[in-house]
Amino acid sequence: MTTTPFGVQTAVRTTAVAARATDLTKVYGQGETQVVALDAVSVEFRQAEFTAIMGPSGSGKSTLMHCMAGLDSVSGGSARIGDTELTSLNDKKLTRLRRDKIGFIFQAFNLLPTLNALENITLPMDIAGRKPDKQWLDMVVDTVGLSGRLKHRPNQLSGGQQQRVAVARALAGRPEIMFADEPTGNLDSRSGAEVLGFLRNSVRELGQTVVMVTHDPVAASYADRVVFLADGRIVDELREPTADAVLDRMKRFDAKGRTS
Amino acid sequence: MFRTALRNVLAHKARLLMTVLAVMLGVAFVSGTLVFTSTISDAYQKSSQKGFTGVDVAIQPHREDGDKGKPGAAPDLGQGLLDRAAKVPGAASVTGSVNGFAAISDKKGKLLGEGFASSGANYYPGTGGKDPRYPMKSGRAPQAKGEIALDATTADRAGYKVGDTVRVSVNGPVLPQKVTGIFTTDDGNVAAGGSLALFDTPTAQKLYAKPGRFSEIDVKAAPGTSQTALKTELDKILPRDAEATTGKKLADDQAKIIATGMNGMKDGLLIFAGISLFVGIFIIANTFTMLVSQRTKELALMRAVGASRRQVTRSVLIEAFVVGAVAAVAGLVAGIGIGSGLRALMNGTGATVPDGPLVIPPSAIISSLVVGIVVTMLAAWLPGRRAAKIPPVAAMNSVHAVATTRSLVVRNSIGAVLAAAGVALVLVSKTQSILGMGAALLLVGVFVLTPLLSRPLIAAAAPVLRVFGISGKLARQNAVRNPRRTAATASALMIGLTLITGLTVIAGSVSKAIDKMATEAIKADYIVSMASRTPLSPDVEKKLSALDGVTASSPLRQSPSRIDGDFQQLVGVNSKTITDLTKLDFTKGSFAGLSGNKVVVDDKTARSYGWKLGSTLDTTFEDGKRGKLTVSGVYVGNDLMRGIMVDTRTLAPHQSEITDQQVMVKTKAGVSEASKESLHKALGDNPAILVQDKKDISESIAGAINLMLNMLYGLLAMAVIVAVLGVVNTLAMSVFERSQEIGMLRAIGLDRKGIKRMVRLESLVISLFGGVLGIGLGVFLGWAAGELIRNAMATYELVLPWGRMGIFLLLAAAVGVLAALWPARRAARLNMLSAIKAE
Repeated sequence: MTTTPFGVQTAVRTTAVAARATDLTKVYGQGETQVVALDAVSVEFRQAEFTAIMGPSGSGKSTLMHCMAGLDSVSGGSARIGDTELTSLNDKKLTRLRRDKIGFIFQAFNLLPTLNALENITLPMDIAGRKPDKQWLDMVVDTVGLSGRLKHRPNQLSGGQQQRVAVARALAGRPEIMFADEPTGNLDSRSGAEVLGFLRNSVRELGQTVVMVTHDPVAASYADRVVFLADGRIVDELREPTADAVLDRMKRFDAKGRTS
Repeated sequence: MFRTALRNVLAHKARLLMTVLAVMLGVAFVSGTLVFTSTISDAYQKSSQKGFTGVDVAIQPHREDGDKGKPGAAPDLGQGLLDRAAKVPGAASVTGSVNGFAAISDKKGKLLGEGFASSGANYYPGTGGKDPRYPMKSGRAPQAKGEIALDATTADRAGYKVGDTVRVSVNGPVLPQKVTGIFTTDDGNVAAGGSLALFDTPTAQKLYAKPGRFSEIDVKAAPGTSQTALKTELDKILPRDAEATTGKKLADDQAKIIATGMNGMKDGLLIFAGISLFVGIFIIANTFTMLVSQRTKELALMRAVGASRRQVTRSVLIEAFVVGAVAAVAGLVAGIGIGSGLRALMNGTGATVPDGPLVIPPSAIISSLVVGIVVTMLAAWLPGRRAAKIPPVAAMNSVHAVATTRSLVVRNSIGAVLAAAGVALVLVSKTQSILGMGAALLLVGVFVLTPLLSRPLIAAAAPVLRVFGISGKLARQNAVRNPRRTAATASALMIGLTLITGLTVIAGSVSKAIDKMATEAIKADYIVSMASRTPLSPDVEKKLSALDGVTASSPLRQSPSRIDGDFQQLVGVNSKTITDLTKLDFTKGSFAGLSGNKVVVDDKTARSYGWKLGSTLDTTFEDGKRGKLTVSGVYVGNDLMRGIMVDTRTLAPHQSEITDQQVMVKTKAGVSEASKESLHKALGDNPAILVQDKKDISESIAGAINLMLNMLYGLLAMAVIVAVLGVVNTLAMSVFERSQEIGMLRAIGLDRKGIKRMVRLESLVISLFGGVLGIGLGVFLGWAAGELIRNAMATYELVLPWGRMGIFLLLAAAVGVLAALWPARRAARLNMLSAIKAE
């Protein structure tokens, strides 16, 4: 393990698990209208790894992410962040966990229009009432290339810039794990590539753990590992993916879906 | 179009709820007022008409107008006139009556009922020895001195029965009377909560007139004779100083008086209803603005598929019409409930209102519907026009039309001009109407300026909000995010608080001024008067001056007269003692030598007639004798002491009947509970007589002012309630519009408490903003109105009611917290996932 001048872990794969789902089940509705969104899913997200979750719409990929991130309740099984079992936490503890240990990136950026870029970035720490780590913050801001625009309001920034603010916001609190929900869905391909690059860099250089839900094979190709979901089950996994490889797999599921 | 509008109303039921409530409350206030006043007015008229059923023509003393007659009251009617009236062709029967004030004490010695409605009259046995006006329920009619009959309501209230002894007072001394009978009556006074005591005719005449004289003679017409025919006959026998009036005219006049009184009350109440409705306009406008901006895409789509601008505006107005109509009908129903409930409430609090059916005048129904619908459509008109300006292309993209800064610039300029004009008018105003105009202009100006004012004023609250961390910061920013909406919400609260504060400032200052006047102008220890404000018997002054321990006393004795052709009250005082009892500033001359034909005059009267020291006043006294009075002093008058004062001995030869308005007393011992008690005892422990020291007088005046203030608070509370609905409405809108943000905040770790706190603080900030503006404006207007009052009241000075102002600010804060309850709960319960996913 080497360290940077900032004392940050660098790109060294560890085997420690950042988050783990065991027999995770999520059922919506009751009786005849019952829909099983997650059907006993077991999956691990290792530290300092960039994982993409893929699957056709309705496959349960977003639900998996929401359950793992403590945004949604679970019908059965277990979901852990580090050593913490989410299913046993009440709303207050769950909120605190999200605040202190999890970073979020949304498709729609979800910045507060009343706050400037810097205030948006430090929002999670402001909520916690903590002072941001100045060195880390500077580095994050530098990394996402926003130094000149910290005083700008979201409506003065382009979509790509707004999503970079969102990435910085997720990173600023040094979370144990970051969840990104279609982070490039609202961006043009160039801005999307930028944002994905930052996510990969944050894993490779800053040792962060990222779980990203996407349906874009190109976006998935930035990850270290792709998990494929269909009908609420994990159906496949791919390491060191390329866009073509991901696309191939996806086509196969589609074909299977059509023939079966 | 109509169908789309209706669908929209149904789709946004919840969001329109506050609007409907606000309109409904205002309309309920209007219709409640109309129903209540009509019902009461109708009941009073019916009960008063009953009082005139036995009267075909009434003969009453009549003071002649012009310079010929005596300035004093016309003499009462004699037995001779009564006998002659009985013989007039067409007269079936005559009844002579005398009446006046008669206080009755309850078993504990306290005065029964309201002082002014306690009356006494004579029992006039007609044919068969019975008085048809007063059928006896038990016992018999009074026949001799020391006997009375009581009305059944009063007897019930006090628990008196036939055979009991009751303490009665007419003008001073207490008269113990034996109750010989209890009667029922439909006398209007009794129906309205007063008491009525009947004496036998000679006793009543002695008490209220002179032996053998009546204050009114009622003549009943024989069958077949009309009232007017009888009146013509009677006119022939009447002396100059008496006049005959038909029973119908008496009833009509009475009805007119009642109607006028009720109209005054109605107009007063309607003003407050108007204020509530005005406040409601802000809420309606806010709601429709939001509905339009939420529907931008939909409206643009309608434009894109071919709807004209006018059609878009019309669809919004139709929506407003439906909302207004629903609210108006609900308000009308609520108002009818309020109207009937109010009467029950009044009956419950002891102010007896005559019974009568619930009257729902057509005006209540029409005005409710018109007011509710018109107000709603008027308030929705601007949002409707804005809706029409949405370009069809807005349907294609997600860019929402944002209010341009230019319109705020225009708005601010208009607001500044209006507010400045308002301030200028208020400052230079010399009359109430100009002050009122200025105040209205200023209010409108400030309202127009509130979006501009919101930023600096709310920013000023930042240090306080910082204590609440991120919730406070977000709350502050959210509050200024939509300055127009915040402004409209705060303005709604501002209007109520401006009026409340202004009234409080004025009332407090006036109270203080009167207090000062009482302590500065009066040296007497006590002022003795009748609780009913009716005149005192001269015996009271005689008794008091003879008391041990009383060092000085003087009556304030009124005598009507005509001076230089104008009717004037001469005030008789004891010139020997008056300087010990009052402390008046003389600009010229003094009380010294006030005797014979000398008078002292207050400065205002002197100025208006151009009288100076040494001026001769051509005077006709109350008995018609003429004389000349000379001004020997001019003093600075005030509300307690003013008028033309002469020595009582100057008046004595002209007065056939002496009545004192009050008696001023100075005692050796000074003011103490014991000396007050001894005065009271000397006057026979009469509950009808008030012995007040200066503090009592200030307190009773302050009490009256406070009572009025409390009533006004009650009426303005409606406007505040509507304002609360406005705050709820705005917060609910904010929460709804920001659900995605709230979801994000929850996701990244703001807990429910933090969300709730954020909404609550936003509400608090908006409410306090309105509160501060309202209190500030109220103080300014109160001060300005005070400057006008100062002209009429020398001792007036501005008193700022800090305590109350603090309470009002707390009230504004409470409004904020209360209004946020539901929206904050909703925000905290928001489904995080759907909020984030919503695009």
